[in-house]
Amino acid sequence: MRFRTNYSHSAYLFLAPAMTAIFVFFFLPVLAALVMSFTDFDIYSLGDMSRARFIGFSNYLNLFQNPLFWKALGNTAYFVVVGVPLSIMTSMLVALALNSKLTRFKSLFRFSYFLPVVTTLVAVAVIWRYIYHPRFGLANYLLSLIGIKPVDWLGNPHWAMPALIIMAVWKGFGYNMIIFVAGLQNIPETLYEAARLDGANGWQEFRNVTIPMLSQTTGFITITTLIGYCQFFAEPYVMTDGGPLNSTLSIVLLMYKEGFKFWRMGYSAAIAFILFGIILILTIVQLRVQKQYEI
Amino acid sequence: MLTVFVLTLVPFIWMLSASLMTEGGANQFPPRLFPDKITWEHYQRLFKQMNIIRYFINSVIISISITVISLILNSMAGFAFAKYRFPGKNRLFKLLLAAMVIPAQVTMLPLFLMLNRMGVINSYLGVIIPGMASIYGIFLIRQYIISIPDSLIEAARIDGASDFYIYWRLILPLAKPILVTLALFTFMGAWNDFLWPLIVMTKDSMYTLPVALANLMGEHAQDTELMMAGAVVTVFPVLIIFLVTQKYYIRGIMLGSVKE
Repeated sequence: MRFRTNYSHSAYLFLAPAMTAIFVFFFLPVLAALVMSFTDFDIYSLGDMSRARFIGFSNYLNLFQNPLFWKALGNTAYFVVVGVPLSIMTSMLVALALNSKLTRFKSLFRFSYFLPVVTTLVAVAVIWRYIYHPRFGLANYLLSLIGIKPVDWLGNPHWAMPALIIMAVWKGFGYNMIIFVAGLQNIPETLYEAARLDGANGWQEFRNVTIPMLSQTTGFITITTLIGYCQFFAEPYVMTDGGPLNSTLSIVLLMYKEGFKFWRMGYSAAIAFILFGIILILTIVQLRVQKQYEI
Repeated sequence: MLTVFVLTLVPFIWMLSASLMTEGGANQFPPRLFPDKITWEHYQRLFKQMNIIRYFINSVIISISITVISLILNSMAGFAFAKYRFPGKNRLFKLLLAAMVIPAQVTMLPLFLMLNRMGVINSYLGVIIPGMASIYGIFLIRQYIISIPDSLIEAARIDGASDFYIYWRLILPLAKPILVTLALFTFMGAWNDFLWPLIVMTKDSMYTLPVALANLMGEHAQDTELMMAGAVVTVFPVLIIFLVTQKYYIRGIMLGSVKE
């Protein structure tokens, strides 16, 4: 039984503060950003809004002709395409190990795998910039032990992105690991017993029981991780400032620089909406794919 | 398992021990995992010369304000969505859910202009205002409150309790587990947030810890031990909170991942 409608005025009172905050400080800016992306809003318009003029799709068209935009898009795609599967696989493998009956001290392991997740990214960047130090860093020291020459991780355009990906995976895998562990614990033990009776080995159990039973969890994790990785910003901002040679310039970093460094806000808003479009498309595709597999 | 364990912890141990090394002690090859001689000079420098207490206070004020305000606003809205019937409810709720796809970065430019007009750039309000309510928080609380039996509310109503009394004295205590979890998430999110404080706080004295640390990284890039000490100060409070409350935190992740 729910309240009768004559109580609904209280409902509006309860809703009003949060809804006002969300409409004024979220929905309104979203609409304003959309409008802005069709104007030449720049540093002169900051003082006097009437200086901004509608210029149609010019911002978007200019973006598509700007090699830097394509560079940023390509870098973001690189980060997503390599980083997301790597991150999800790490989370899943660690979750499997953590869920295994043979593992002891589970809560200690779980706690330490989770530490990077709750750590401020800027602090993580401080630590990792040191780990990647070409002369004194731990990464090169480990490589030297197996006879590999030092790598200039953050100074070499080929290695900067892999370095950021490794750091991002290290920072984030604990989060999805927790969700995977929960998913694993929901798989009924009887399924594994049945598989063993049918003579399945460990790999077959994993392939034919674990993977399909985890498909919903994996789907959820894939969407959220994809969205998160599309928005990467702080890693390149503090580690490389997008360099060297723009090899780690991401979409959000480009948006930040155009908007808050050069105050080309119309242009920057267009970048933000392209990011939104990409995230929207990825989400829809992922949901479709998931639906197909769930039948 | 053990390899991953070591790989996860070594950076932290290194952060801590490098922050205690004497000047230049971290720049040696092969790298030292532990300091030869322990010194507190970098912490002293941070506290005496670098204004770090101010940044710490900024971070505390902002994070606590966002947590308290958003918890109240989100729980009120979550309650309304869970236990009331009113025209437009489903449509409004669906709109909010759909809006969760919109990345926060989209709002940042106009939001900056708005807050600039309101004169709250370089003030705590500038960071707090956009964090006052969150769709995710409303959603999480609604899911929890739905499971509270209606009969409890009806009984209170028959006893003459007002709607606000029911919310404050009945619903909030019953929803405590989810509120604790959400409070943790919000606090840590606010403490660790970087992009928005970076945009709003351009004046040195208003920096939050992450912004100050990023700035330190730009200005004292060579001073590894000092930066490590800064990282320790930034990370320490969150790690302590997490250590004490990990049960609630981990439950929150699982609640968030359960679909309707």
